[in-house]
Amino acid sequence: MSTVPGAGARLPQSFLTPGSSSFADFLSHQAPDLLPSTRSLPTGSAGDLAPHGTTIVAATFAGGVVMAGDRRATMGNIIAQRDIEKVFPTDEFSCAGIAGTAGLAVEMVRLFATELEHYEKIEGTTLSVDGKANRLAALIRGNLGMAMQGLAVVPLFAGWDERAEQGRIFSYDVTGGRYEETAFHAVGSGSLFARGSLKKLYRDDLDQTGCVTALVQALYDAADDDSATGGPDLARRIFPVVHVITAEGGRRLSDAEVAEVADLVVAGRMQRPDGPVASLTQENNR
Amino acid sequence: MSTPYYVSPEQLMKDRADFARKGVSRGRSLVALQYADGVLLVSENPSQALHKISELYDRIAFAAVGRYNEFENLRIAGVRLADMRGFAYDRRDVTGQGIAGAYAQTLGTIFSSAGEKPYEVELFVAEIGDEPEDDRIFRLTYEGMVADEHGYAVMGGAADVVGKHLKEHYRPGASLEDALHVAVAALGHSESSDRVIPADDLEVAVLDRTRTQPRKFRRMTPAWLADTLSDRGAETPDQARAEDSAVSAPPANSGTDDPNDPTDTVSGSTPPLEDPLTGGPSGVPPIAPPPNAPPAPPPAPGDD
Repeated sequence: MSTVPGAGARLPQSFLTPGSSSFADFLSHQAPDLLPSTRSLPTGSAGDLAPHGTTIVAATFAGGVVMAGDRRATMGNIIAQRDIEKVFPTDEFSCAGIAGTAGLAVEMVRLFATELEHYEKIEGTTLSVDGKANRLAALIRGNLGMAMQGLAVVPLFAGWDERAEQGRIFSYDVTGGRYEETAFHAVGSGSLFARGSLKKLYRDDLDQTGCVTALVQALYDAADDDSATGGPDLARRIFPVVHVITAEGGRRLSDAEVAEVADLVVAGRMQRPDGPVASLTQENNR
Repeated sequence: MSTPYYVSPEQLMKDRADFARKGVSRGRSLVALQYADGVLLVSENPSQALHKISELYDRIAFAAVGRYNEFENLRIAGVRLADMRGFAYDRRDVTGQGIAGAYAQTLGTIFSSAGEKPYEVELFVAEIGDEPEDDRIFRLTYEGMVADEHGYAVMGGAADVVGKHLKEHYRPGASLEDALHVAVAALGHSESSDRVIPADDLEVAVLDRTRTQPRKFRRMTPAWLADTLSDRGAETPDQARAEDSAVSAPPANSGTDDPNDPTDTVSGSTPPLEDPLTGGPSGVPPIAPPPNAPPAPPPAPGDD
């Protein structure tokens, strides 16, 4: 850690040199040991060493975008943590949810959030949503070596596009491929079930509350069929993390707000464990 | 052979200090003011692009007067230091005192090193705490001195006049609107008259404890400023100054030709340089001589 200047030291010349407004670039010159991408691992799979985060879902509605994540982290067959947080605000108008190796993913999101804030402070303006999504892709690409040894990080990124006035969702693969998703998407081990659920529940005309409910339903379905995804924990009152971003900015819904939605969802499942029924033909839909 | 002059260290330092002080005093003043919910920073700055006040970290702001490119370098260095410390340790571990200390060391070293030009800047590093008593305003001068200011602080051109006005009118614990009025009136105050600074020419930002986001820095919009300051009289803009543009203006006509003045840019009756090829007076700019034949390509390795 000797690379971080202490309070009594003169700022090194590299700090005073104008140039990159990217924090990751600056770190790679100044303190490469702080960057996840510069670490080397011994050969062999390390995938079983650390907890894994599981299911993240996101969906857009007319005035914004919502992202939600379950609270479980697993290590093999063990539940490593039952109240982990996997959805993080990355700046005022964007957030990222993480699936994959939890430790690396949390560090990557922290680096990404610092990167966005750093750019904003140095340039005096925020990056476009596409610019943010591309920066995240670059960070993921830097992790490819570790991904090949079982330490993959696959985030889901969502942000409010001020120019297009709509919420947007981006998914990634381990090589840094960036794909824009329309309407809704899910990543992580329970994503197949969550996506199937959202296919039946999602509609274009959902409002914010409807969108949140659809996502909590999808997480319930994911937890129903995937052992690594945690459902609403009624005994401990642990509910999904839900982050809503609109033109006014982003905010995490309070536990009370999510509990209200989750209680409704669970009450419905008490009547019908498989959840709401979708109509068989289009005409009767809604 | 000429004898080298002896310059005493005292004189050397005094000359450097005079040089830096002169640079700082050319610019307009900047005021930092503690109010009920945080710290208010106000400056008269007609430029919309070149900020004198900006955000360093969650609870820390930066303000500067003097030479733009020099304090901009310091600002970026401060952002880098803050973000790096916050990333390596934790957001709470980034303190105004730490950043002010690093600035002091940097300015002090540059000021006393013979090879470097002293920075012509003065800085504020302002930080807010959870309570008004925890608010801090650090003032840094070109030679690396740090002062911990209380209540209000002024730096820049007319600092003494503005400071005197503030001393009479500053009230602790004022609302944001009242504090802004006091600060703007002080900036427009001079020995001879009081000027109403146009709301459009003000650069105003606050560190606001009451913001819900972790980042407490907020830049005031022109609309808010115009609305809040609409109760003043007719506005009088300041005359243009060199600091209003990033690049210094090209040298103005330096007057009559003076062969003894090496910085003189007027040629007067001196004939222009002769053409190097023809020897006659040149009408067009001299051109480069034709290049020689291109050198033979180096032999390819492993060709023997």
